[in-house]
Amino acid sequence: MTVIDISPSVMQFLLAFIVVAPLLGALAALLPAPPGLKGKNPDQAVLRHGVTVTGAVLVAAIVLATGFDHDHPAKMQATTDISWIPALDVRIHLGIDGISLPLLVLTALLTFLCALYSYFKLPAGPSPKAFVALVLVLESGTLATFAVLDLLLFFLAFEMVLIPMYFLIARWGGDQRQAAAWKFILYTLLGSVVMLLGLLLIGLKSGTFDMVALATDNGRGLTTSVQVIAVLAIGLGLAVKTPMWPLHSWLPDAHTAAPTVGSVLLAGVLLKMGTYGFVRILLPIAPDGMRTFAPYLAAFAVVGIVYGSLACLALARTGAKGDLKRLIAYSSVGHMGFVLLGIATMTPTGVNGALFANIAHGLITGLLFFLVGAVKDRYGTADLDTLAGATGAALYGRAPRLGALLAFAAIASLGLPGLAGFWGEMLTLFGAYSPAEGLSRPAFRTFMAVGAFGTLLTAAYMLIVVRRVCMGEHAPRSRLSPDDRAQQPPTGPQPPTGPQPPTSPQPPTGPEPSGTAGPEPSGTAGPRTATTPQLADIHPYEAAAWTPLAALTIVAGLWPAVLLGLTDPAVQQLLAGGKS
Amino acid sequence: MTADLSTTAASLVAQAPDTAAPGARTAAGSLLAADVPSVVQSVDWLAIAPPTLTALAALVVLVADLFLPAHRKRLLGYATLTGLAAALAFLIPLRSGDRSTFCVTTGTQACSYTADHFTVVIQALVLGGAFLTVLLSLDDTRRLPAGEYWFLLLASASGAALLPASRDLATLVVALEVASLPAFALVGIKRGDRRSSEAALKFFLSSVVATAVMLLGVSFVYATTGTLHLTEIAARLDDVPPVLDTLAKTGVALTLVGFAFKTAAAPFHFWVPDTYVGAPLPIAAYLSVVGKAVGFSGLILVTVIAFPSHADVWGPALAVLAAITMTAGNVAALRQNATRARSAVRLLAWSSVAQAGYLLVPIAAAAYSSDEQIGSTVAYALMYAVVNLGAFAVAALVACTHPGNRLSDYRGLYATRPLAALALGFFLLCLAGLPPGIIGLFAKVTVFSAAVDAGLGWLAVVMAVNVVIALYYYLQWTAILFRAPDGAPERTGPDTAPPTSAPARRFRAPTPLTTAIVLTSAAGILLSGAPQTVLRFAAVNLF
Repeated sequence: MTVIDISPSVMQFLLAFIVVAPLLGALAALLPAPPGLKGKNPDQAVLRHGVTVTGAVLVAAIVLATGFDHDHPAKMQATTDISWIPALDVRIHLGIDGISLPLLVLTALLTFLCALYSYFKLPAGPSPKAFVALVLVLESGTLATFAVLDLLLFFLAFEMVLIPMYFLIARWGGDQRQAAAWKFILYTLLGSVVMLLGLLLIGLKSGTFDMVALATDNGRGLTTSVQVIAVLAIGLGLAVKTPMWPLHSWLPDAHTAAPTVGSVLLAGVLLKMGTYGFVRILLPIAPDGMRTFAPYLAAFAVVGIVYGSLACLALARTGAKGDLKRLIAYSSVGHMGFVLLGIATMTPTGVNGALFANIAHGLITGLLFFLVGAVKDRYGTADLDTLAGATGAALYGRAPRLGALLAFAAIASLGLPGLAGFWGEMLTLFGAYSPAEGLSRPAFRTFMAVGAFGTLLTAAYMLIVVRRVCMGEHAPRSRLSPDDRAQQPPTGPQPPTGPQPPTSPQPPTGPEPSGTAGPEPSGTAGPRTATTPQLADIHPYEAAAWTPLAALTIVAGLWPAVLLGLTDPAVQQLLAGGKS
Repeated sequence: MTADLSTTAASLVAQAPDTAAPGARTAAGSLLAADVPSVVQSVDWLAIAPPTLTALAALVVLVADLFLPAHRKRLLGYATLTGLAAALAFLIPLRSGDRSTFCVTTGTQACSYTADHFTVVIQALVLGGAFLTVLLSLDDTRRLPAGEYWFLLLASASGAALLPASRDLATLVVALEVASLPAFALVGIKRGDRRSSEAALKFFLSSVVATAVMLLGVSFVYATTGTLHLTEIAARLDDVPPVLDTLAKTGVALTLVGFAFKTAAAPFHFWVPDTYVGAPLPIAAYLSVVGKAVGFSGLILVTVIAFPSHADVWGPALAVLAAITMTAGNVAALRQNATRARSAVRLLAWSSVAQAGYLLVPIAAAAYSSDEQIGSTVAYALMYAVVNLGAFAVAALVACTHPGNRLSDYRGLYATRPLAALALGFFLLCLAGLPPGIIGLFAKVTVFSAAVDAGLGWLAVVMAVNVVIALYYYLQWTAILFRAPDGAPERTGPDTAPPTSAPARRFRAPTPLTTAIVLTSAAGILLSGAPQTVLRFAAVNLF
């Protein structure tokens, strides 16, 4: 069944176009705009160029998805196979199957939404020209990672995202951006160079770098000791990227410092490259080695789940000076823990769950970073204590739609049934209940229990965040007429925030903020009204950028078969090797 | 002149077993008894054309310098360019790689000069590197004695071109000295510059010590094997009499130590930074590429062709040397102070030490698996030559307006010279081995793959860590290029900058420099699109 019939050569062209077009677009972005496309000013022209290119790539990706033969998602489609560097046996081998197609479309979608968002809201920093070029190179690298079927080409694509992301963080980021950018690139590079050693080991011992051939072999051409070393080396590189606890420490810093668009792409797309590598390379190519390390991987994964949640809880506490972006970054560590747990079970259920959680995390966390970025723009800070003040940031009152969407994203993130976050976590835990043959059942059931406990913790901190950001006391100043404001002073001079603590729902917020928010009440006569102005609600461009993500979260939650139908046959074949 | 030298050296060598070898064994002695046909060796002029032509050009330039008036001295530079271009052109008929000359007419038929694939590739690298050096120097020589400068450069290049072709130890040593001696003079050519003379002295002393040590080693090897031809040595080292075994091993070790000096491998690298900083910038570029290529081709020839039977000695030694060299170079480069005078050149100097470490890896790997690993070194050296010369070319361009050549002078280069900044960024990322420097990445991949293939896992891991360390300083430099230019340009160096910076506000880049940058970036981009162009050497046996 294909939605529309597209000839193979067109499919081939589309996939090649998707990978190459952003690169050409990046080059074009650096050149001066041709006459007729100059726009209002050079900045606007180049930002529009970014939207056009990413839009074209998204359209191509959607056409590719519609032309994809959904009856045979396990088969590599739209394949191109050209020799590039015979000396190293590197071939330009492109192709997609049910595992890579959703990630490809997700990447194209998120990048397009980011480009659209930046068109209206340019991040503060140097010229937008370089910004657009870097985002396009980043897109090309990510898309290439999901589309290539050659180990060395995979490594090349994996490395391609480093430089653009470094500059996005170091040039357009917030506080501590230099240190965060360095941490990001040095960690990831160390991981990926070690990964290269593992890839070379596999390639040299088996005589080919072709992923399809290697996956069909299913590790039969490699001795167990080679597989163990290869899995250790490659797994280390992928685990840094994913990130797996305890190699995650670059992620919170990078997210906190990165601009909104950078955070969205980092969480939504870049992290997926790590988990994709696990599924695409390690599971089918070195199953024996993977079986050796699966229990350890699962153990680290559940530690990551609990650790991420506990870190979030600590950040969400009052007075912890937790940064919202940092909090969501830690929640990513937890969510990626579920993905890794699913992969470590080595069962179709678990791996399908992992792939589903991958996509869901991309949609939901992408949305969350967009929303937090918007909150930061409006309040000038993402610091939870400053935001929440005495009672809460009162987003429901001050920007109802923004508040509602944030609450929606948070609830989706905690895995409410009916939304995208649920299925991935549930399938992963199911997979852990009965792991693949040869893996210790009691151990994995323990991991399952710990992981399930982690979902509770996730729910706890997400709800705290919703309460502190969305709820709270709100005196709608803009609705006040000048007369009302004249009547305000009688209530103002009262002992500041005196009557508030009793009425506020949570006792601990009472004493704490009186210290942090001290200067405000001691200011002018009407401080209470000054601290809670009505905020701009969702702008149309923001709605345009966020609606697709929210809609897809609901679709994936209500109709998981649309994704699982794609991934399941491909996963079955990967795990079975050439046998099925 | 060099060719003449090598001819005499080669014929001396050819006659050595027959006439002057008191320590020769009976096999050599029996040759005496045989009726001697003609010992006059035939000369294949086409095969020796590249070094000969370079040497001739050196003589022409030296003589022409006497008759040219001062304002026409510029012509000498163009004559040098033409000579090198002609020598490069003569490599084209040699590309089949099957010629050899100065062969012994009796017995083993061993040859002293071979133009195989290895020779042709290294000669192309060396002559191309010299060509780019000339482009870098054309504008710089106004303050230097032009005639001597071009003569010395061409003489050194002819020695460097002869070296990869030499297949006996005497020719090898002569070629090495012809390449090195003019280089000492070139380093110290800035008259009245104390730093320049000090650099020359340092370079001279360390190099002479290296030569002395190497000659001692060569004489030991000769004493134990009775031959100077590399292939013969390889055959005879296997059955050295037990009494002489220690002597043979010592000879091998000392010869290698001498070449380690030349390649600036740690712990023999300390002369590099001061020499590079003190020398004129184009000469630093020349030393970092051509000088290094000389050392490496010599090292490859003696290890792989002459001493394969002692691979168990030099294999582990080179592996350890490679690990120490790359680590020492990278760690020192990491500690460079951005505001120190000439920190850019100093950084490039340390980075070249580190890169020498990577270049050593496949040679060490050749001891464990097969000679084909050498191709990885050759491929890496080609990549390194292109991008390192490119980086030096941009550094020379920046030095036109900022004679201090600090790293901080590069801040905001993108704002003033966007193309130069993009080119330098590309070169640095190639050296670091990260996309968009795809050729750098794949050159590193071949080196890694040589190490993994040979089972040198620990060395591969050390190299992986080093790649990460190196990224730090390369990327830091790249990031500086794209920073917003500082409001106060004199912030860092009020001592040297002010007098020259005012008139140089609208400085136009000299054409030769621009040509060099364009050539190297074009080559780099071309290679990134088609890495096979250089990487194919990594997959074949070059000898």
